[in-house]
Amino acid sequence: MLSVLAIDDSRTIRELVRRALENAGMNVTTADDGLDGVSSFGESAFDAVITDINMPNLDGFGVIEAIRSGQRNTRVPILVLTTETGPELRARARDAGATGWLTKPFDGAVLVRTLKRVTGAPLS
Amino acid sequence: MMDDLRDTFFAESEDLLTAMGEGLAAMSDGSAGSETVHAVFRAVHSIKGAAGAFALSDVVAFAHSFETVLDAVRSDRLVPDPDVMRVLQRAGDVLAELLEHAREDRSDPPSALGSVLDALEEITGGQDDATPDDFVFEPLGLGMMAPLALPPAEATGFHLDFRPTGNFYPNGHHHQHLFAALSELGELTVTCSVPDLPPSAETDAEGNQLSWKLELRTDADEVQVRDVFEFVEGLCELELRKVESLDSFDDRPPHDDSTLPEVAMPTLAQAPDPEVLPRPLDVSSAVPTPAAARESAPRPTLRVDLDRVDRLINSVGELIINQAVIAQKVSEAGLPPASSLVAHVEDLSLLAREIQEGVMLIRAQPVKALFQRMARVVREAAEATGKQVELVTEGEETEVDRTVVEGLADPLTHMVRNAIDHGIEPPSERIATGKPACGRITLSASHVSGNVRIVVRDDGAGLNRDRIHATALRKGLVAADAVLTEAEIDNLLFLPGFSTAASITSLSGRGVGMDVARTAITALGGRIGILSTPGEGTTFNIILPLTLAILEGLIVTVAGQPMVVPAASVIETIRPAPRDFIALGHADRVLAVRGDHVPVIDVPSLLGFGPELDPMDAIVVLVRASDDSLAALVMEAISDKRQVVIKSLRSNVGQVAGTSAATILGDGKVALILDPDALTALAARRRAAQHAVQHLASREVRHEHAA
Repeated sequence: MLSVLAIDDSRTIRELVRRALENAGMNVTTADDGLDGVSSFGESAFDAVITDINMPNLDGFGVIEAIRSGQRNTRVPILVLTTETGPELRARARDAGATGWLTKPFDGAVLVRTLKRVTGAPLS
Repeated sequence: MMDDLRDTFFAESEDLLTAMGEGLAAMSDGSAGSETVHAVFRAVHSIKGAAGAFALSDVVAFAHSFETVLDAVRSDRLVPDPDVMRVLQRAGDVLAELLEHAREDRSDPPSALGSVLDALEEITGGQDDATPDDFVFEPLGLGMMAPLALPPAEATGFHLDFRPTGNFYPNGHHHQHLFAALSELGELTVTCSVPDLPPSAETDAEGNQLSWKLELRTDADEVQVRDVFEFVEGLCELELRKVESLDSFDDRPPHDDSTLPEVAMPTLAQAPDPEVLPRPLDVSSAVPTPAAARESAPRPTLRVDLDRVDRLINSVGELIINQAVIAQKVSEAGLPPASSLVAHVEDLSLLAREIQEGVMLIRAQPVKALFQRMARVVREAAEATGKQVELVTEGEETEVDRTVVEGLADPLTHMVRNAIDHGIEPPSERIATGKPACGRITLSASHVSGNVRIVVRDDGAGLNRDRIHATALRKGLVAADAVLTEAEIDNLLFLPGFSTAASITSLSGRGVGMDVARTAITALGGRIGILSTPGEGTTFNIILPLTLAILEGLIVTVAGQPMVVPAASVIETIRPAPRDFIALGHADRVLAVRGDHVPVIDVPSLLGFGPELDPMDAIVVLVRASDDSLAALVMEAISDKRQVVIKSLRSNVGQVAGTSAATILGDGKVALILDPDALTALAARRRAAQHAVQHLASREVRHEHAA
């Protein structure tokens, strides 16, 4: 069972993500801003991280940097989930170390498939 | 399933709208820092992001235009002059209205929608680049993930040469995952190419030396295949050649000795990524033990409309009153103590208390969020003043009534800014006095005997009493000949209109003094005190009631009526000897209390309920007002000390002078709750009026003499 950390300052989005992933049999931990997310990340072993970009305290880029430059599980797949679009965002996300990105609003099934894809989990 | 999520969305949107409104207000009056602008942007952005999930396209489109202007402001491309602010404020209103319409499933747009949209677009000059065509559910670049039919007989395919480069592995990608995605499209054959592999000594840590030749039999088109590589664009070398017929696959170069055939899906052990080599820690903990899983799963919570909670609290209040009435009737009935009715009534009262406490907990919130907001304030203020400041918080889990948490945000912000602006010294000065260069602000919260104590402490220079005193003299706030204790000088800070002119800065100045902070805290039923040691720093102590709905009070009698004095402000009760009352002039009296002289307030006459009390019959309740001044409240009797449920008068009969609210006692009688602050203020006005009357009278007497 995949264990996923979802970081978003929007309660609604957190809940949407949780439901989509839990329906797919994943184990979801949520965090409501970047700092919270980074500290949660240190507390257990996640198979993937989903993070928003625009958040108080620490933004998504900061989260990615903290994880990638951390002590353990530094190569965990990280998906950026944001309303922002466009090639610069993708380039920024990639340069920051994101594994992939999805645009809000998102389709739960697509999120699940994308997560499985970047974690190499079997699709069915 | 979406319905309750919709409710979550609207409830969250309301919070976001509130934050947005506060931020816009701060931007309008020029008090907003960059963080406020970011917060407003984030609020609108979050609404946009979540609204998309409910297909509220009007909200999404409008929020997008709104956000575009905010983005220009936050990135300093647009100055939020009053004209821009007016448009932003209107946009905030329209957004709120749009959400309201959406919630009520109304299809009519808010009347101002068009004009505000035009105004927003005029500001950005129509440069809105990404008008929401990206807000469709169609995921970008993931079309190939859709289930595909089996390759038909006429299947074609692709030859791919693939080689990871740069941060491919550090970014969390893995070649196997890509291969797995490709094999979803059709039949995949993977061959790892060895010739490119340098001697092992030269293999870099990223393991980028391996490359693969792939053959994919599929009827998917090139776009679908390239989509698989969407996330790794720029992180790999990829050559893709379309093969027109099945037979072409047979044209592939024969395996030479340097090419290792590989199974379609390489196994973990073959991975070149050092991170994928067995990691005992991660692998073993990847499957959480049941206990760990339980621990990491957040406890389920329930979101409840605040109105419902308040209605419940009100009903519980009535229950407590009702229970008290019954208890009193039972005790008056003179039943034997062993009677079962007495026992049942006691059980009932215990249960009622439990329900009350439980209900109060619903409104309680930890101060953590509030303290976290202060971290931002500290950062901003430190940056603005060029000082180094760290914030230490203690007791973040302390729970306080929600209203109190909300009401504390402004005064705390003000005090923290003040502490950094005036308290903490610049690094050079601190080092010169042997302190660490980095100043420290401590915020702590704790429960102290039924109250909440919040402490704001800095390790700065302490208050400059000479300057405070000089300022107060210049502003006529103290008499020139008054001899003030240190504590009295410190408390001058809380006087309305006090702000040391030399200290007004863009940060904490704004002409708002500590009196605003004190007023806000008093409004929450709290008190604030100050303690300062030169060279060591300043401490503000804030004492707040745990809840705003229940109050510990002394039940007293004033002109035959029961009234309540909040126990929090009571210092002691005294039955003074008549000679302890000392007359001053015509109407003023003070009470001698252990060498101090405390102004006397005769409550019945002040409130107009009766004549002044005979000192022989009087009892005195010594109270401390929120400005730390003492007052001797004179009344007839004290009968009890108990918790009372606060009932607002304002919504029923309006404000009653000298009181804050009312309660209903066990015998069903209504009792006013006296407010020491309001009483002292009322007494001061009364005295001033009397002085004026006497002054006029004496002038008339002189006139008569002259005539």
